[in-house]
Amino acid sequence: MKRFIVKRLGYAILSLLLLSLTIFLFVRLTGDPAVLLVEPGASKEDLAAIHAQLGLDRPLWVQYGQFMSSLLRGDLGNSFYYRTPVLDLYLSRLPYSLLLAAAAMVFSLLVGIPSGILAAVRVNRWWDSAGKLFALLGLSLPSFWVGLVMILFFSVYLGWLPSSGSGSALHVIMPAFALGWYFAAAHMRLTRSSMLEVLGSEYVKLARLKGLPEALVIGKHAFKNALIPVLTLAGINLVIMVNVAVVVETVFAWPGVGRLLYEGIAFRDFPVVQATVLIGGAMIVVVNFFVDILYAVIDPRIRYER
Amino acid sequence: MSALLEVSGLCTQYVSARGTRVTRAVDDVSFTLEAGRTLGIVGESGSGKTTLALTLMRLLPPAARIAGGSVRFGGEELLTKPDGEMRAIRGKRLAMILQDPMASLNPLFTVGDQIAETLRAHEATPRRAAWTRARELLAAVNIAAPARRVGEYPHQLSGGMRQRVVGAIAISCGPQLLIADEPTTSLDVTIQAQYLKLLGDIQRARGLAMIFITHNLGIVARMCDQVAVMYAGRLVETGPVRSIFNEPAHPYTRALIESIPKFGDAAERLTAIEGQPPDPAALPPGCAFHPRCPYVIDRCRAEAPPESHLSPQHRTRCWVAAPAAVGAARG
Amino acid sequence: MNGSRAASLTVAWRFAALRVEGFPWIPTAILSTIALVAIFANVLAPYNPEVGVLGDRFRPPAWQAGGSEAHLLGTDHVGRDVLSRLIFGARVSMVVGFTAVIVAGILGTTLGILSGYLGGWVDQVIMRVTDTWLALPALTFAIFLAAVVGPSEMNIVIILGAVYWTRYARVIRGEVLSLRERDFVRLAIVAGCSKKTIMRRHILPNVLNSAIVLGTLMLGVVIVTEAALSFLGVGVPPPKPAWGLMLADGKKGLMAGYWWLTVLPGLCIMLMVLSANLLGDWLRVKLDPQLRQL
Repeated sequence: MKRFIVKRLGYAILSLLLLSLTIFLFVRLTGDPAVLLVEPGASKEDLAAIHAQLGLDRPLWVQYGQFMSSLLRGDLGNSFYYRTPVLDLYLSRLPYSLLLAAAAMVFSLLVGIPSGILAAVRVNRWWDSAGKLFALLGLSLPSFWVGLVMILFFSVYLGWLPSSGSGSALHVIMPAFALGWYFAAAHMRLTRSSMLEVLGSEYVKLARLKGLPEALVIGKHAFKNALIPVLTLAGINLVIMVNVAVVVETVFAWPGVGRLLYEGIAFRDFPVVQATVLIGGAMIVVVNFFVDILYAVIDPRIRYER
Repeated sequence: MSALLEVSGLCTQYVSARGTRVTRAVDDVSFTLEAGRTLGIVGESGSGKTTLALTLMRLLPPAARIAGGSVRFGGEELLTKPDGEMRAIRGKRLAMILQDPMASLNPLFTVGDQIAETLRAHEATPRRAAWTRARELLAAVNIAAPARRVGEYPHQLSGGMRQRVVGAIAISCGPQLLIADEPTTSLDVTIQAQYLKLLGDIQRARGLAMIFITHNLGIVARMCDQVAVMYAGRLVETGPVRSIFNEPAHPYTRALIESIPKFGDAAERLTAIEGQPPDPAALPPGCAFHPRCPYVIDRCRAEAPPESHLSPQHRTRCWVAAPAAVGAARG
Repeated sequence: MNGSRAASLTVAWRFAALRVEGFPWIPTAILSTIALVAIFANVLAPYNPEVGVLGDRFRPPAWQAGGSEAHLLGTDHVGRDVLSRLIFGARVSMVVGFTAVIVAGILGTTLGILSGYLGGWVDQVIMRVTDTWLALPALTFAIFLAAVVGPSEMNIVIILGAVYWTRYARVIRGEVLSLRERDFVRLAIVAGCSKKTIMRRHILPNVLNSAIVLGTLMLGVVIVTEAALSFLGVGVPPPKPAWGLMLADGKKGLMAGYWWLTVLPGLCIMLMVLSANLLGDWLRVKLDPQLRQL
């Protein structure tokens, strides 16, 4: 088990390094990075000052070292617009994004898992076809369009739900639905295929041969085994949700990190953009790592095999 | 006294998704088995042995259907039983062991749990009692330290032990008939003999009837009272084990027996049977074995031979072995 | 059987396989219609999509009260004809979508082949990068790149290509790994062909099937991402009529109930993506059963 953890940790660290390197390189190698790293409307003198301050004439690897050392100290630059350290800004918005992502995740699992199980148990019959349609729609309807249409319907026409902001529980319903929609379809698909695989396994066959009631076969033997990949994916998807909620948060003016990213773009506030992408990516790598470990804990086989 | 299991004219078919291709996996199979006796079903892979076993348990995949025949178990007809009653029989009076013990056991539940759940489902044994019984059953299949093993997961046991657990599950509710589908094929050679001995002991102690499905004639010679040789879905020869081994009638049976390497044989080459087993979806006309048969005559290519008796217990399907066989030819 | 024969057989078989039942007529018809609309936009659109008459703003579609036949689907917040914008938007979506998919495809397939065939440190490097980039959500990555290089139609294509090549690389590499062990490749090695030749003449034609299937499946994803980017303002820049941009503009009229500015562009996106996905699914099943795992 220890060897497994160490190996995974190594991969995670390598990925984090590659991530920071990618972001660093893209900024430094395209055009004049100083323009990005300076407020819009800065003068030539400001540009020169930034050049010197960031050492943009030094060799790349020196710059990267500087970049990394500031990162590790928690210094991700200051926002031009808000004039506060970006890290603080990010952390203040993060709880909102997590709340939204959690709500969306709950929705997607509540819809996705049962429909996936039903589709698998009633494979190739009506439920399965309905499920396949649902999966297709989930992939084809952009989340932000779903959000916009919902606003049209529930806020403008029916007046039931508020169209923006984050004041109450009512405020989170539509954004959670819009965000969770795609993932509900993804979870349904995975549950279905995982369930189908498990239903075809030898131990389910033996469970039936033992004469166990079908409800027990599916509810006990098939369910737990089928759920493992789904929950794994769900864990990773939670963090992905935080990242891709950009558009949904923008549509609903939900004050999370997605909205922060949008503001960064709209106000040409590059430090915000860079930091959001960096932290977002790092979160995913970290969560991937923990989910891998968790997977090994839940499924006893993996512990001993790796 | 009627036999424990009477199968007659059993036919199972697989139908392709669009209903166009029909594969006869089990074709006109008949045999009987008395209580406490062992029947060996021998054949190559693809001969339909496993389908036959699943048909008896009425647990076929959706693509398969039982096309005809009858299965009488303890005097009751199984093929027409409603699902609920069949479920009550499965695992309780009629049990089955599968080939790969690692795959047969659910990796997420303890060994004890998987034994206990059978007891709780069929005999409504309360939880604690079921666990105690599970421990006793582990001891009955010769697993050391059963109290510890009962709480362990399948991957913590060796292959041989896992197969014993599967055996414990099978006998837990005191079945009258145990079907073992290649139970030793996944085991190490050194463990196989131990396992077979265990099965034999259990059988004698509990008066179990057994159906032993295998491709290994050595096991058949050791464990079985009767043998049924299966080829392309049909039983080409059935009879007491002595008759089959001493006077094999069907060319396929003969070839199988000849291909067993015998210690101290003067000849150094192994005799294999020429050719390949036929594709079940595209069987040759007439006798399915004729393309590979060294004794083939014209009649074999045209008509499929019906079953005929060489002696009261010994039957075969072969124009060469039983030329006077009477019966409507089936293509 | 040498690789080039295998290749030509693959091509022939590819087209023969298409002649089978279950062919998704409707999705293909929809996609073809959109393509035709895109090509003939100049002829089909009644108005200039980028110029509007301010006095004519927010006209509802012809069948609603206040609408007129002059503007069948209404006008937007600066008086531009919605129908014309939708038609030209088709061109933008098609061009951006297809080009991005092809760019990503070329890049991803090449790197996948190199990675799979050459192995060693080339493989390690490419795979580590692929894994890391795959971990970062495409949308976030694309937004970042757009912020760095600035939005324009050309840049968007490059950005989308840079973000999505990793999907190809993973799958193609897997295929190459198994192709490497096949006899015709071994024969070519024994015959002394250079690595470059083998990759070009033997490996490449055999992975084309998967690349095409992936391309069709990616088309939908790319279009949705492009729409999201345009919606956020870092995609196709105004006043070009990208459907995503129309949605952003449409938001301005949303609270007032000007539904056609939101619903109609979204429907277009949905139709195109849905059709691409259905076609891709069918292709996947027909052309390469091995890819069913996708």
